[in-house]
Amino acid sequence: MNRKILKKDFIFLGILVLAAVAFLLWFLLGYKKDGKQVELTVDGKLYGTYDLDKEQEIPIEIGGVTTNVLVIKDGQADMAKADCPDQICVRHVSISHVGENIVCLPNKVVAAVTGEEEAPLDSVVQ
Amino acid sequence: MKHKSIGRTCALLGMLLALALLCSYVEALIPFNFGVPGIKLGLTNIVVILTMYLVGLKEALLVSVARIILAGFLFGNPFTIVYSLAGGILSFLVMVFLKNALKLNVISVSAAGGVFHNLGQLIVAALVVENMNLLYYMSILFFAGLLTGVLIGIVSREILARLFH
Repeated sequence: MNRKILKKDFIFLGILVLAAVAFLLWFLLGYKKDGKQVELTVDGKLYGTYDLDKEQEIPIEIGGVTTNVLVIKDGQADMAKADCPDQICVRHVSISHVGENIVCLPNKVVAAVTGEEEAPLDSVVQ
Repeated sequence: MKHKSIGRTCALLGMLLALALLCSYVEALIPFNFGVPGIKLGLTNIVVILTMYLVGLKEALLVSVARIILAGFLFGNPFTIVYSLAGGILSFLVMVFLKNALKLNVISVSAAGGVFHNLGQLIVAALVVENMNLLYYMSILFFAGLLTGVLIGIVSREILARLFH
């Protein structure tokens, strides 16, 4: 086994670091817009759309059984209950920015924050 | 490691699998919670990498797949097995390519392994819930995979250097 870290390793790791930074920038700059609504989908189908500025509790029923409960409070959506054993979606942080989402994989439930229709350009510099 | 009898290899692989399972267990005990699912250290990848370098590629794949299935039944649920398998196999293929075709250092191999493990899991998750919004997680998971992958790579490099001595 060669213990030497060669030039090509540095180039390869450099590319990975650049890609990671690009991803992070895209995440931080592109998505930190406050959302307006939460879109709930179950198994890829739209379940309902709910306003973020209205406090509410949304039980999600699949086949007559309430599997998850989504709570909207202070402009943030949070999964309060889930009937799955891993509870990953319940431990997830609250979401409020456009594009953020909470996923319950066992129940195929996705809650995603959406914004208003985006203008094609922020501004035009002449 | 050059004496290759079936019995010896078998015993060695059993030991490596036990070690990998132990790593899974240790990771299951540590409650990592960054608010985003999927971020973990990836200790088991040390064992997969060691097997890859010390025994062989086929054997490393065997240890990896057996570990995922056993750990899934022991500490997870059937869902985790499917996602882990996707991540494990994709990251394995990428690691083999970097190790054998590009002849990169263990650190690079491990870093790519971490990144592609997350990528594989995320792609399967996005397909299962039929919601491409999930790929939004990629920004964080890519960074986390790279960071933990490099750390695991450094550890693997030190272990390999000592075992080959």
